Amino acid sequence: MSLLSVENLDVRHGLLKAVRDVSFEVGEGEILALVGANGAGKTTLMRAIAGAHRPASGRVVFEGADVTAMPAHRRVRAGLALVPEGRRLFPDMTVEENLIVAGANGRRGGAWKVDTVLEAFPILKPLRFKRAATLSGGEQQACAIGRALMTNPRLLLLDEVSLGLSPIAVEGVYRSLHTLIDGGATIVLVEQDLARARKVAQRIICMLEGRMVLEGPADRLTSREITEAYFGLGRVQPKGAPA
Amino acid sequence: MTYVNAVFQGIILGGFYALLACGLSLIFGVMRIINLAHGSLAVLGAFITWWIVDKTSLSPFLVLIPSLIVMFGVGWALQRGLLERSLRAGILIPLLTTFGLAIVIDNVLLGVFSPDVRSLGGQAGAVTTTSWKVSQQFSISALGILILAVAVAVLGGLSLFLRRTTLGRAMRATAQDSDTAELVGIDSRGVYARAAGIAVATAALAGVFLAIRAVVEPSAGPTQLIFAFEAVVIGGFGSLWGTLVGGLILGVAQTLGAQINPQYANLAGHLVFLAVIAVRSGGILAAREGTA
Ligand SMILES: Nc1ncnc2c1ncn2[C@@H]1O[C@H](COP(=O)(O)OP(=O)(O)OP(=O)(O)O)[C@@H](O)[C@H]1O
Ligand SMILES: [Mg+2]
Repeated sequence: MSLLSVENLDVRHGLLKAVRDVSFEVGEGEILALVGANGAGKTTLMRAIAGAHRPASGRVVFEGADVTAMPAHRRVRAGLALVPEGRRLFPDMTVEENLIVAGANGRRGGAWKVDTVLEAFPILKPLRFKRAATLSGGEQQACAIGRALMTNPRLLLLDEVSLGLSPIAVEGVYRSLHTLIDGGATIVLVEQDLARARKVAQRIICMLEGRMVLEGPADRLTSREITEAYFGLGRVQPKGAPA
Repeated sequence: MTYVNAVFQGIILGGFYALLACGLSLIFGVMRIINLAHGSLAVLGAFITWWIVDKTSLSPFLVLIPSLIVMFGVGWALQRGLLERSLRAGILIPLLTTFGLAIVIDNVLLGVFSPDVRSLGGQAGAVTTTSWKVSQQFSISALGILILAVAVAVLGGLSLFLRRTTLGRAMRATAQDSDTAELVGIDSRGVYARAAGIAVATAALAGVFLAIRAVVEPSAGPTQLIFAFEAVVIGGFGSLWGTLVGGLILGVAQTLGAQINPQYANLAGHLVFLAVIAVRSGGILAAREGTA
């Protein structure tokens, strides 16, 4: 049984259809990368999976249970955590408070505590009692991922963790992510850097104007295939939809 | 010595204003609603307490326990039933909703209790009659000290609660970013409802002290709202310690004004309020402390 399955999901912003008829599954321990140009609907899809945005139609099934109507906070308690685009830390709370507040409200019974998060993201150690708003982008991203981990997720959704970070900061964040991946975490991540997406993920889904236009194992898709799907160069037909 | 006395009485009055205002500050800090029914809810709390005391002849301090629980429930239900919906319609609708609610509460109180003034002073026991005379013009009343102590305890307690407890941290997180709070497992609707419950209970506590210290009448709500509002604005919206400072400044301004001429009491308070807005629209502590 797959951990997450998204079935014929349609998500709108008012009249705009940001996600159209998207279906895919994520298995336990799998790393799935979601790529696509700006405005392709990746963030909207992630937020719909996390429960922050109600879909117009379709279903989100997590661990065999239909969670489509479940509010976001209850999905977190069930083990679904999103690191939102732009990090969104609680700015007037300290790093430690950002972690504690998530730990106190997330899923019970996991290994993640403030100390284990600080161990996994050593750059946070000296910042523990600093206000989150005063952190650099890379530090904030580490804190945002750590905060999501505090909820002890069974599935971690990461929306553009490298957005606005220096190359060195991006390296740091991905180094920590690899520790998670080696530990058997299940992750869906949005990544603009195609090369990095191919390297880190086992499977890739490419979105274009709200639709899935390409899906396949990362090691079998060529970068040319991905690039063409990414820009919608017409070689690849939308999966499951007549042209 | 008369001015020392005036300042001292002002500090005590200011403690009352801070107690009255902290719920207004909390609701604004957490939900970004300016609750125009705050004063009327304080008066409602006073009348509920008065009614129970009248029926049972118990001490108002004892009756505070059930009436604060009831008023917590009122705040909770208010958020769930009324404010939550109006919040979805933008920032103007909650303002109109609470304005309408104030009118409804005032009129219900008028209908049920008639326009007479009521006081709990007679049933509150020795605390209302005890005072210590320091000099000819300067005396310290036990009730004044009690009100000041309760105000500091409530504001300090709230501040500690927001900083140190699980629910308090969830409240601050929700205040800063409710969307993201949901994404770390916080039931933001539940947090809002509990914040409203706490705020309304503190308003009721202030209302009861008003009735012990002086009198209440069904139409007293709007005046109390103005005092609470001025205390909050002087101190800086959304900051609890600011609200304490704001309350004290307002109280001292009023008693000093009254020293010049008894009719200048409220006027002096309003002038200080306007002066603070003119000089620093964010309030005195606004730049120093974040939300809630
Ligand atoms: N809050 C919103 N209100 C209205 N329209 C929105 C909103 N958020 C996104 N959109 C629109 O929905 C579409 C999909 O946006 P989305 O943010 O999901 O794309 P994305 O793939 O995450 O893009 P990016 O790579 O820039 O993050 C876009 O056309 C965008 O303009
Ligand atoms: Mg996005």
